[in-house]
Amino acid sequence: MSAQRLLAMAFKEALQIWRDPRSLAIALLLPLIQMVLLGYGTSLDIKRVPLCIFDQERSQLSRALAERFVASGWFSAVRDLGSNRAVRDAMDHGTCLAAVTIPVDFSRVFAATGKVSFQTVFDATDANTTNIAIGYAQGVIAQASAEFRTRWAGMNGVSPSPIGTVDYQPRVWFNEGLDSRNFIVPGVVAVILALIGAQLTSLAISREWERGTMEQLISTPVTPLEVMLGKLIPYFLIGAFDAAFCLVTAIFWFQVPFRGDLATLLCATALFTFVVLGIGYMISVWIRSQLGASQVALLLTMTPVTMLSGYTFAIDQMPAPIQAISLLVYARYYVTMLRAVFLKGTGFSDLLLPFGALVLYAGVIAFVAAHAFRKRLA
Amino acid sequence: MTGLPYVVTAEGLTKRFGDFTAVDRLDLSIAKGEVVGFIGPNGAGKSTTIRMLCGLLHPSAGRASVAGFDVSRQPEMVRAHIGYMSQKFSLYGDLTCRENLRFFAGIYRVPQREFEERSRFVIEMAGLEGREDALVRTLAGGWKQRLALGCAILHRPPVLFLDEPTSGVEPQARRRFWDLIHRMAAEGVTILVSTHYMDEAEYCNRIALIDAGRLAAVGSPSDLRQRDLGGELFELACAPLGAALEAARQLPGVLEASIFADKLHVLLSDGASAGPELHASLERQQITSDIPRRITPSLEDVFVNLVSKPARRESSR
Repeated sequence: MSAQRLLAMAFKEALQIWRDPRSLAIALLLPLIQMVLLGYGTSLDIKRVPLCIFDQERSQLSRALAERFVASGWFSAVRDLGSNRAVRDAMDHGTCLAAVTIPVDFSRVFAATGKVSFQTVFDATDANTTNIAIGYAQGVIAQASAEFRTRWAGMNGVSPSPIGTVDYQPRVWFNEGLDSRNFIVPGVVAVILALIGAQLTSLAISREWERGTMEQLISTPVTPLEVMLGKLIPYFLIGAFDAAFCLVTAIFWFQVPFRGDLATLLCATALFTFVVLGIGYMISVWIRSQLGASQVALLLTMTPVTMLSGYTFAIDQMPAPIQAISLLVYARYYVTMLRAVFLKGTGFSDLLLPFGALVLYAGVIAFVAAHAFRKRLA
Repeated sequence: MTGLPYVVTAEGLTKRFGDFTAVDRLDLSIAKGEVVGFIGPNGAGKSTTIRMLCGLLHPSAGRASVAGFDVSRQPEMVRAHIGYMSQKFSLYGDLTCRENLRFFAGIYRVPQREFEERSRFVIEMAGLEGREDALVRTLAGGWKQRLALGCAILHRPPVLFLDEPTSGVEPQARRRFWDLIHRMAAEGVTILVSTHYMDEAEYCNRIALIDAGRLAAVGSPSDLRQRDLGGELFELACAPLGAALEAARQLPGVLEASIFADKLHVLLSDGASAGPELHASLERQQITSDIPRRITPSLEDVFVNLVSKPARRESSR
């Protein structure tokens, strides 16, 4: 290994990147676009579920119930309906996700028995969203029924009985506002780095083949390791810049709480950047056209990284074989580390497992990539 | 270094791509400071041979050594001692002349303090003064070729492999390029240069003619011109040329006929009797012609004679 050759290689590659609009766009424009798209576009929060109300009674009490839904903030009343037929139509047209039907004898039954009954209907096309909406509705109803009980007790001159009530007050840790953005955005950083890193280096070797410069390069005494490291140096600097941009955006723009220490974050990021660049480089060694290499890089990173890294879909909820496959998805280790460092403030010592996995990954890739490149034609 | 007097040697060098034999048992030795021209039609195996000698392709059989190193077992040592110019221009078009030079100087580990002097020499040699900072892809063919040569000699290699360095370059630039080659040979650099320009063959100390993967002949230009073609060569002006060529090939006693500029070159088994016969039979076919005149073969005649042999063997079967 010669430092002079390594530097010559790195400097040349940097010049080529600087003069290649395609590389520059991937390096500088893509992170910005993706951070905005994924940071804003990927949210698991469900707020203001559209709700239709068919109030058959229109009494003070029935209105009080309807208002409870809207006042909770989870629902927004889109329409008052006048018939069961209208409820069905509204659900069919997707005007609302939930409909509340309050019967005509609502307040009379309440006055007589202290109990109320009414119907809610949900559109369960999107099962996950509906599940969450049902949860919201149950919360609203539980609160409303406690109030109604007190009101009825007052009307009938008895004190409300506390017997049989469980006082349940959940506390949530690490993401106190239950804001899904805090959970998603660190994962977005990992996804962006994985996509861009592989895209950038996928052009590194294929460009030399495509432009015919490879023949000259391999006729020189440069070693495959010098070619690999020399080419990776400028891309690593770009990757570091992109990572810094994404992390700063996550912390200062999306306001994701950052509780861990910077050193752990930087170590993890540097390691991950090396892995993603190495993967792109390997693809570039195997596929000699720039277009082909960049397509394969996209194909090999996009789906596994978005689906199996735990960035949106919880890995421990997946079937065992898929979980086993996800162990190969390098991004899952970085996603785990990012979330832990950001939200839990976990230190280096508690992250040895994902760190170890990435180190192993980096080692294997460095070995394979350095040996995959042969200084031979055909 | 072994004690061999030759800087480049190939023994039984063979390259097969599947069923196709690109280079077939080639033997060649080149002495220090010699300029050897590698001549043959496209697809004859010139580039494949040069690539094997540079360690870019692994020989299927046989062995070769360059500057004392075995090309299959010590390719890195070979690469450190050679300069190579590939057939297709392969410098970085998106880098300037100076940036290309700096890159190759770094790759060949040219000491920093020597870089300025050597790059100045290359810039001057290639006539690139004032274009040092131009992107290479904007340069014309001749400059590109000379810069490529410059990048290949920056590290002062003892052996140079130049694969059709002058193809697509205008005549004056070609002339200039050959002057450079001879300047380097005078300094003791051993050079193997392939070309398909016959006039360039005359500039070489020795010529290796290759055809269909086999070495057809090796020798100095004058040796080759005196080579026995298996008959006597005659030249005659005639019109129309195409019809004359067809007619001549049909005649008994004519071993070979081909068009050279506005004349016909005909190889006759027995000049004394066949010459007048040829003239008479052409006239009978309404083809106006001179009396055939005996000439000494040019390199091109020798070349045509050598490479057309297999075809003739084929047709006589």
